[in-house]
Amino acid sequence: MNRRMIFYTLGKLLIALSALLVLPLAVSIYYKESCTLAFLITAAISLVMGLLLSKLLKPASHVIYAREGFAIVALVWLSMSAIGALPFVISGEIPSFADAFFETVSGFTTTGASILRDVESMSHGLLFWRSFTHWIGGMGVLVFVMALLPNVSDRSIHILRAEVPGPIVGKLVPRIKDTAKILYIIYIVLTVIQVIFLLAGGMSLFDSLLHAFGTAGTGGFSIKADGLAGYSPYLQWVIAIFMLIFGVNFNLYYFILIRKAKMAFQSRELWCYLGIVVVAVTAICINIYPMYENFAEVLRQAVFQVSSIITTTGYATTDFNLWPAFSKGVLFVLLFVGACAGSTAGGLKISRVMLVFKIIGREIRRLIHPRSVAKVKLEGKSVDEATLDGVTTYFAVYMIGIIATFLVLSAEPFGIETNFSAAVSCFNNVGPGFAGVGPMSSYADYSAFSKIVMSLAMLLGRLEIYPLLIVFIPSFWKKD
Amino acid sequence: MKIIVAGCGKIGTTIIASLSKEGHDIVALDISAKALEEITNIYDVMCICGASTDCNILSEAGVEQAELFVSVTGSDEINMLSCFLAKKMGAQNTISRIRSPHYNENSLGFVKQQLDLNVSINPEQMVARALYDILRFPSAVNIETFSARQFEMIELRLKPDSLFDGLSLAEIRKKYPGNYLIGMVQREDEIFIPDGNFVIRGGDKIGLTASPAEIQKLLKRLGLFQKQAKSVMILGASTTAYYLAKSLLATGHTVKIIDKDRERCEEISSQLPEAIVIYGDGAQQELLLEEGIATTDAFVSLTGIDEENILISIFANSLNVSKVITKVNRGELSTMAEKLGLETIVSPKKVVSDILSRHARAIQNSLGSNVERLYKLVDGRAEALEFKVTPDFEYQEVLLRDMKLKPNTLIAGIIRNKKPFIPSGNDFIMAGDRVVVLTAGQQMNDLSDIIR
Repeated sequence: MNRRMIFYTLGKLLIALSALLVLPLAVSIYYKESCTLAFLITAAISLVMGLLLSKLLKPASHVIYAREGFAIVALVWLSMSAIGALPFVISGEIPSFADAFFETVSGFTTTGASILRDVESMSHGLLFWRSFTHWIGGMGVLVFVMALLPNVSDRSIHILRAEVPGPIVGKLVPRIKDTAKILYIIYIVLTVIQVIFLLAGGMSLFDSLLHAFGTAGTGGFSIKADGLAGYSPYLQWVIAIFMLIFGVNFNLYYFILIRKAKMAFQSRELWCYLGIVVVAVTAICINIYPMYENFAEVLRQAVFQVSSIITTTGYATTDFNLWPAFSKGVLFVLLFVGACAGSTAGGLKISRVMLVFKIIGREIRRLIHPRSVAKVKLEGKSVDEATLDGVTTYFAVYMIGIIATFLVLSAEPFGIETNFSAAVSCFNNVGPGFAGVGPMSSYADYSAFSKIVMSLAMLLGRLEIYPLLIVFIPSFWKKD
Repeated sequence: MKIIVAGCGKIGTTIIASLSKEGHDIVALDISAKALEEITNIYDVMCICGASTDCNILSEAGVEQAELFVSVTGSDEINMLSCFLAKKMGAQNTISRIRSPHYNENSLGFVKQQLDLNVSINPEQMVARALYDILRFPSAVNIETFSARQFEMIELRLKPDSLFDGLSLAEIRKKYPGNYLIGMVQREDEIFIPDGNFVIRGGDKIGLTASPAEIQKLLKRLGLFQKQAKSVMILGASTTAYYLAKSLLATGHTVKIIDKDRERCEEISSQLPEAIVIYGDGAQQELLLEEGIATTDAFVSLTGIDEENILISIFANSLNVSKVITKVNRGELSTMAEKLGLETIVSPKKVVSDILSRHARAIQNSLGSNVERLYKLVDGRAEALEFKVTPDFEYQEVLLRDMKLKPNTLIAGIIRNKKPFIPSGNDFIMAGDRVVVLTAGQQMNDLSDIIR
């Protein structure tokens, strides 16, 4: 195992993180806030640690294998979350480290679950940092570093695979560095377009930026006590549509860019995704119709909530806790599904759900015709057995993870609905759950221990379990 | 430069390895997902699983923008068809592996023209050529030939008690005057492009450039000269063996080919009636002894299995066969074989990757192709290149001593009007010359790249 390379990459990442901290620092200076010092200290710590690691541990060889890829991703995300929590603690706005860690993990993993009771009292700098973590975590911070670093290792595909969610990770162009660049360019351009649309609707620049960060990363930290309920219908529509846009596989945008739009619209996953949205919206519309005055509002509420949950963003324009049980049930199922693979969303991912159903279908066929041979196909290509095994085991591990988290949370004095939806919501990086952790409440009442457990659940969900799981297994670190 | 490589077998993987090292954007195509998985894990290339004769797959690979399309699948016909399709769809240059003797001997020119192929490569024939060259100078470990065989670079392993031991290059030149140059020295794992003060030691592997006649003279003086091998025993009746035997027979050698496949034996015997073809298992020492391995001038092991080639070559070495050549495909095995005392190892992969690197550089060079030949030496850490000087070369008629060359770079020879000579500081380069350059650690696309 090439340990030096792992820590060397970690060092590089910390340097990048200190550079990213300059943005919230600038914001806090602009608003002349007391958290300026907190950002300065954190950036300095990150820079010094990064320089030490990358200078002292110059690796002899840049060769890495899959296991180093896993270790790099897991360590990077853990240390990034720990350092990212410092500004909250140092500034004293979130004094407990467990709380600040929860909030930061929730940011980086684009969950959007918050422990803040009164978000409007936070300083601008910290609010900016909180939402900015969504934006960084959405596309993946290592992908970002890969796009910038000169001569990345030939084998950094292992890092990409470990960080980018989805059952099959492919490249867009031959070089990994160029692939990372293209992804980030699409990401930045879409974010900027959203900001422009929000500004056009009369939202202030600060609010527009923060909401665009939250939407792009499919995070969903809101900066108002009532979520997005206070904004105009136009702004709510803009955010709803952009949430859906960021839930689409980014490869499809690339196809459109290189004028192969036909290929993009042939994607089965895309149609399945849109199909699920339409069905869910229709079902909820019928169910909640009596609650609102006119159809326009019903449609808006249904579309907003559905796209918010399926893309695992977690913004809310209304307290859907008050909706009838059927609508809540539909949203609960959507918590699991998640959006397309290769997007910034969390959850199981549509393509994985599609594969699970195809595997079930094949199994049933096999029971009827025991000698039948059938290849499972996705997007017109047959999927090899190793990937299918990966999907089924992932599904099993994922369920075990959710149940284990739920079991730990059950020690808390809340109802099953609260605890279970909190576990599911954290694991799928959605944010809000139901009952006690609904869209208008917060996770503040949980104990510090439970918050740490939920933070780990969020990281497990974001990194798709294995990278984080593996580094806790002793034999992984053994010399061999 | 964007390059598509169709077929990720042994040859394809080697091509991908050497081209990705040179910094090209590579898309790899194969019908086997397994072969591709290995490749994405090791090299920074994009892999697409599918048939290279499928237009959709080709378009997915971006054939429209490809500057070079290389098809090296196992089938000649697939290679030709995919190159044809690629060219029609917009690839600028196509290289196809065509290895069957039917095509190569009868219809290659016509096929190439009709398919608009830029280059066809025949690894078996190229390997056979390399083997043939070594058999002409059995004391060499390796030979690279430059333009029209007027100029060669031979690699020699010096014995510990060699006459060169302890002499600097300047002293060697005084003691053994002649029109030759020691352009490269490999000592253990290090490689040097030496100057006059460099002291040679026994055990070094030296690269010597000169015309064939000069080389012969020098080898005679050093007492290293071995007669050309007259009788050659070849193990394994592969296509390479066929090409090698054919050129050996044409120049009056006696050739004995051993193979354990009856059909193959019959086939090669009908193609080469003058060769003695033995049907039997070459792994049996008894059989080899019976067929006179102990008295043959040279033994060439060309079976399809590296390990078998290595073991049988060690056996031949132990019988003091004067020249033993081993074909080894896998890189890691060839270093091991060298440690086991096998000196002359020929790798088909290297031969192919050399030729592809050359084409890739020639295409990349905007001034038009002027890399005429390229050989990678010592695992690609050094290179010998031959450039043709175009009229727009900037440093024409500048004395070599006034040219500031990059470090570890040497002008090893100039061929002017088909006459090779070793240049001194008072010589210069003219348009129309062919210049042989030795370099370590530099990538050269153009002759002007030698200037600092």
